[in-house]
Amino acid sequence: MMRLPHFTYRAPKSVAEAASMLASGPGEAMLIAGGTDVLPNMKRRQQTPKTLIGLRNISELQTLTNGDGLCIGAGVTLTALVRDARVRIHYPGLWQAVAQIATPHLRNMGTLGGNICLDTRCNYYDQNYEWRKAIDFCMKKDGQTCWVATSSPKCLAVSSTDSAPALLALDARVRLVSAGGAREVAIADLYQNDGINYLTRRPDEILTTVVLPDPKGRKSCYWKLRRRGSFDFPVLGVAASARFEGDTVVNINIVLGAVASRPLLASKAAAALLGHRLTDENIATAAGIASDAAKPMDNTDFTLGWRKRVVREFVTLALRDLRGDDVRAERYRYALQSLEAVG
Amino acid sequence: MPESNSLTKQHLHISMRLNGEPREVSFASYKTLLEVLREDCDLPGTKHGCELGECGACAVLLDGEPVLSCLIIGAECDGREVVTVEGLAKDGKLHPLQETFADCGAAQCGYCTPGFLVTAKALLDRCPNPSREQIKESLSGNLCRCTGYQQIFEAVEASIARIAACRVSGNSEVV
Amino acid sequence: MAAVIPPPGEHLHDRKNLQLIGKARRRVDGRAKVTGQTKFADDLQFPRMAHCKLLRSRVPHAIIKNIDATRAAARPGVLLVLTGRDFPIPYGILPVSHDEFPLCNDRVRFVGDPVAAVIATDPLIAFEALDDIDVEYEPLRTFSDPEDSIQHSEPRIHEYADKGNLHKLVSLQFGDVAGGFADADHVFDDVFFYQGNTHLPIETHATVGTKDPDGKLTVYSSTQCPHYLHKATAKALDMDPAHIRIIACSNGGGFGGKSDVFNHEIVVARAALMLDRPVKICLTREEVFYCHRGRHPVTMRFKTGVKNDGTITALHVQSLLDGGAYGSYGVASTFYTGALQTVTYHIPKYRFDGCRAFTNKPPCGPKRGHGTPQSRFGQEIQLDKIAVKLGIDPAELRLRIIEQPNTLTANFLTVRTIGLRECVERVVRMSDWKNKYKKMPHGRGVGIACSSYLCGAGLSINWNEMPQSGVQLNLDRSGRVTAFCGATEIGQGSDDVLVACVAEILGIDPHDVRPVTGDTDLGPVDLGSYSSRVTLMMGNAAIQAAERARDLLAIAVAKKLEIPKERLVFANRKVFDCENPLKALSFRDAVCAAETMHGTIGTVGSYSPPKSPAKFKGGGVGPSPTYSYSAAVVEVEIDPRTGWLRVPRVWMAHDIGRALNPTLAIGQVQGSIYMGLGEALMEEQEFRRLPERLSNALVHKFPSMLEYKSPTTLETPEMYIELVEDPDPTGPFGAKEVGQGPLLPIMPAVANAVFDAIGVRIDEVPITPEKILKALDAKAKGKDPRFGPASFPSVPYPEPIIVTPPWEGGDGRAANEPEKKHRTEQNQGARNAAWHDAQKLMNEKSNPEGASR
Ligand SMILES: Cc1cc2nc3c(=O)[nH]c(=O)nc-3n(C[C@H](O)[C@H](O)[C@H](O)COP(=O)(O)OP(=O)(O)OC[C@H]3O[C@@H](n4cnc5c(N)ncnc54)[C@H](O)[C@@H]3O)c2cc1C
Ligand code: SF4
Ligand code: FES
Ligand code: FES
Repeated sequence: MMRLPHFTYRAPKSVAEAASMLASGPGEAMLIAGGTDVLPNMKRRQQTPKTLIGLRNISELQTLTNGDGLCIGAGVTLTALVRDARVRIHYPGLWQAVAQIATPHLRNMGTLGGNICLDTRCNYYDQNYEWRKAIDFCMKKDGQTCWVATSSPKCLAVSSTDSAPALLALDARVRLVSAGGAREVAIADLYQNDGINYLTRRPDEILTTVVLPDPKGRKSCYWKLRRRGSFDFPVLGVAASARFEGDTVVNINIVLGAVASRPLLASKAAAALLGHRLTDENIATAAGIASDAAKPMDNTDFTLGWRKRVVREFVTLALRDLRGDDVRAERYRYALQSLEAVG
Repeated sequence: MPESNSLTKQHLHISMRLNGEPREVSFASYKTLLEVLREDCDLPGTKHGCELGECGACAVLLDGEPVLSCLIIGAECDGREVVTVEGLAKDGKLHPLQETFADCGAAQCGYCTPGFLVTAKALLDRCPNPSREQIKESLSGNLCRCTGYQQIFEAVEASIARIAACRVSGNSEVV
Repeated sequence: MAAVIPPPGEHLHDRKNLQLIGKARRRVDGRAKVTGQTKFADDLQFPRMAHCKLLRSRVPHAIIKNIDATRAAARPGVLLVLTGRDFPIPYGILPVSHDEFPLCNDRVRFVGDPVAAVIATDPLIAFEALDDIDVEYEPLRTFSDPEDSIQHSEPRIHEYADKGNLHKLVSLQFGDVAGGFADADHVFDDVFFYQGNTHLPIETHATVGTKDPDGKLTVYSSTQCPHYLHKATAKALDMDPAHIRIIACSNGGGFGGKSDVFNHEIVVARAALMLDRPVKICLTREEVFYCHRGRHPVTMRFKTGVKNDGTITALHVQSLLDGGAYGSYGVASTFYTGALQTVTYHIPKYRFDGCRAFTNKPPCGPKRGHGTPQSRFGQEIQLDKIAVKLGIDPAELRLRIIEQPNTLTANFLTVRTIGLRECVERVVRMSDWKNKYKKMPHGRGVGIACSSYLCGAGLSINWNEMPQSGVQLNLDRSGRVTAFCGATEIGQGSDDVLVACVAEILGIDPHDVRPVTGDTDLGPVDLGSYSSRVTLMMGNAAIQAAERARDLLAIAVAKKLEIPKERLVFANRKVFDCENPLKALSFRDAVCAAETMHGTIGTVGSYSPPKSPAKFKGGGVGPSPTYSYSAAVVEVEIDPRTGWLRVPRVWMAHDIGRALNPTLAIGQVQGSIYMGLGEALMEEQEFRRLPERLSNALVHKFPSMLEYKSPTTLETPEMYIELVEDPDPTGPFGAKEVGQGPLLPIMPAVANAVFDAIGVRIDEVPITPEKILKALDAKAKGKDPRFGPASFPSVPYPEPIIVTPPWEGGDGRAANEPEKKHRTEQNQGARNAAWHDAQKLMNEKSNPEGASR
């Protein structure tokens, strides 16, 4: 049995209380929401906080309310999101992403906030203490070298959250609260391309709310690639959203997940489609551009060459999906189920 | 190795509703619900295959929802309701899922079985007449290396009718 | 109803009116399993129990210069620290490779090899103390694959290897193979690679050692083979085996992974004796990957000569196994890559060259199918290639070449019933093969493959002439029957088989029989749950014991009812006159009558397999009382743009002789299909060598449940299964095995279906989208539309042992080996050893003071 290291558990009842706890023990305390990321990391001794600050008793983090669009508390579970009709109907891209996270049990436990802040992953790093010792550790924790690219000055661990690409594509914003105040940023600005410092969140900040804009006229979708229809983290996620006037694209986002240390905005590919119709040729061009931007590394399941090749196929599928093609067969093929059964 | 001084370890004391009964338990504060159940509550029916959320063997019902007890710290279970495989039978009668799992061959080595049973129970509580697709989906977080899952699906399907029959005969406390 | 009392020791395999056998039933241990009451090893808790953790090597190959455990030992809560010095005696599963120490003595051979053990009051204390043990290593050259081991013979991973770092080198030739190729119209020469994979039982290994109140040792363990653990513990701890009791707990899945003896089992046994308190170890998932003993990675070459009609004229198989760091079952695994080809198809001339290399990785061993799935994969794909080339339907080709029943094969294996023809016909019909093969749209296709498997290894591991399974029955006046046997329940349903055989013969309900199994103190020896031996061997022993009990009862009842005993029928918990069923005694009264007449009622039964006609060296691997057969059709769906592969449907027909409990039999087939698909599509025991200029590390790439991909409910296909029941005279009620055989055809059937779908050959497993896409790329560029190894490495195989096939007048002996002398010597040696053991035991019995502790 793998055991957790010793820690002290604290259970604040409000965001303010949690923020002051976080402020008082900088670097020593970590937030725990569903615990499905932080606890495995602690068992493997990748993260060893002296204090865990539990968010589950903070009711203000559990709410799902209507704003211009939708305000989702960071503590809302993934299952609650999957079962929410507003998410399902108005933000299908987010719904498809969340419905394909991990397993049903893990979605019952895991939260949206935890998913957004999910640690980056690498199969030299997501290993037990003893294993990492056998390779002399790596740059991300306790070591010097990055084994994925030994000359790399930075860690290349992979952003593996499914919800983040979908949220970026939907132009979501996030609210961060600390003892010193609150701020709201575009979710795209929450991330940076560094496997160690992958968030711009300050260590004393709590992510409280995800704000989704008015969904009107916006189509969205998410395509996830993983070996099995359950359990597995994405080895590629393609999120896309667009508004059309007639057939013409007037606004479009394409975001790639699991090909860098942050969700990657394929802005050039999107720009190539702006003001155009989603014809097969235009889709092919955009898919080519997007796949050039993707730089998968050899630190996940599957080979990197293949993962890069599939980027083109998945961007094509996502764009065809937005265009309104019937892609149910392809959906079934890669999701290994019809997502309707999830819930 | 990141050191945690074992001598300063404290015990925690919580109370929960465990398999329908009030239960007070104290345990080493680092323990997960899985460890508390198996080591401090004398309920070894809940199993473990990875302790990292990667197999589903440790599933229990927490406030009615199937969760992985290996990724829940004991400290967070104060005041909550926990159901394990030991709590499925009522008044000496097996839950219909237990009957059909035993009859259909859904338990070979039986090691994954507790996790499947509680997960299937939660499905049928929420959705009394699930399709094969829904059964597959809701059990997709439970690995079984023995059965190839077919007899598990059949057992869940067979129990649907039995549960309905129990409901009709007014024997509702079993389900 | 006719009276059915065959003479003791015999039974009617094809008898009518079976009460229990053949009917779908809840297994006897079903209730325990669904209520969470089955006790697995880690579920055991004892007062004062201490916890053990192992410090494992973090280097792949090194000499241990020094171990300093003083800091660890001084930690509060630490009770004991053990190192290799505490374990000077090696052990091993095969007598020819006693090469493991409970804790490494002077050498570590892979990352994960245990070097020290900490026993503490609390598992977390034990774990944290591991980091306080300082081990000084002197690194040695690391061998990461068999070609490395072929090229470099120094330093040697084990001194006892046949040659350098090649553990085992064998070569056998049956008949004039060159002549056979010369007679062929076509000769096919193909190379395949089968990646290694592991069992991944959901239960991780756990063991508790206890010192009993009387000072003896009891070990509870998640083992498939308590008998072998018993022997090894006695040897490694230099103890009298009569003072060791091994209790195999129900295994939470085994698949071969718990059939070897493991270092941690012996370590906690010793710790418990030293501390005089119970000591438990429960491995983490990562550690289970280090125990391994899983499927060997095998590179193989198949050279087959065929006539235009598909008839095989000769076959030459070469295999190269990556054995990992220890012997384990490896010598047997090596032979198994070449043993069973001949029991499936008629092969008049046959040659096999096998080699197992040592490398610095966790040891490989037996996984479901033991050594045979790899070569089955090669053979069945090559047959598909042959069928395509000759323009014969692949199902038809197989029907043409199936071996005849009741045959002695070229390599002297005795084949009895063969249901393979019917298996092929049934899957062809069930799957609508004729309308699917070559007829589905591009991207979809079907493939067929066949297989055969042992029903128990004919020769026991520790060569002797004692029974391989024993059953003891005890009946009393309450009507209760207890069946004792050393067999181990690992999920396959062996307790159910035991109870069913006894209950059937005695005409009682399974619920009336209590199985007491897996306990070396209580039950007669059964060698263990491996090689698909339990149903056949234990089943026959159980029938014999039950028939003897029934005879004792029959004599007493006949007297009481004043009718000839031949007229008695045992059924429905009664014993009655077949001519006047009202003239009856309840089963309980029948036992009373028997107890009155004979005294206490107890009987025994035992089983020894028939002697094999193979007398040459290496002929010990392959013989079996009989063989099971299976045929499978697999359907695939491939997206040619990404190579993404899905298996929506599988059809399987399995020749089981007779299904004792069809629910369990079908479950075994489905489980085999599942595990076969895992191997075919995604499972891989992969290793990672860091850049050599920076690091010496050679580590398991992802020792976790998440990254070792085991199919979930969503990847598992629809399965359509039929059992072919043609009772085999050697099996209990005609039963053959069902636990392993049905796995074998799955992997090649997937590969063959891929070819039908998109016209490319994937000559290795796992068959992944990446490989499919590479093969499609090659096809698009006009190159060989194939993914697989380019060539077979050059292996220094020895000169073959030459054996003349039976149809050329061979007698099972080698022409160029001093075989007879060798064998008799060995025979005599074994007898002497047995006699010495007996003497030793007698002496100790009469002199209990001499017993240790
Ligand atoms: C086997 C397995 C498979 C998985 N598969 C997937 C997958 O396919 N896709 C996927 O995206 N994820 C996957 N996950 C990861 C994880 O389950 C999800 O990402 C989940 O949503 C994390 O949420 P949580 O609440 O459990 O996070 P926690 O573990 O509680 O927290 C995760 C991180 O976020 C921080 N955090 C949590 N809440 C806040 C907050 N409000 N403000 C600031 N920081 C916060 C924590 O300190 C921690 O660093 C998998 C996990 C496992 C074990
Ligand atoms: S990318 Fe490099 S530094 Fe980052 S976790 Fe992986 S090996 Fe370590
Ligand atoms: S033990 Fe595997 S998921 Fe909890
Ligand atoms: S029955 Fe053995 S793992 Fe499921």
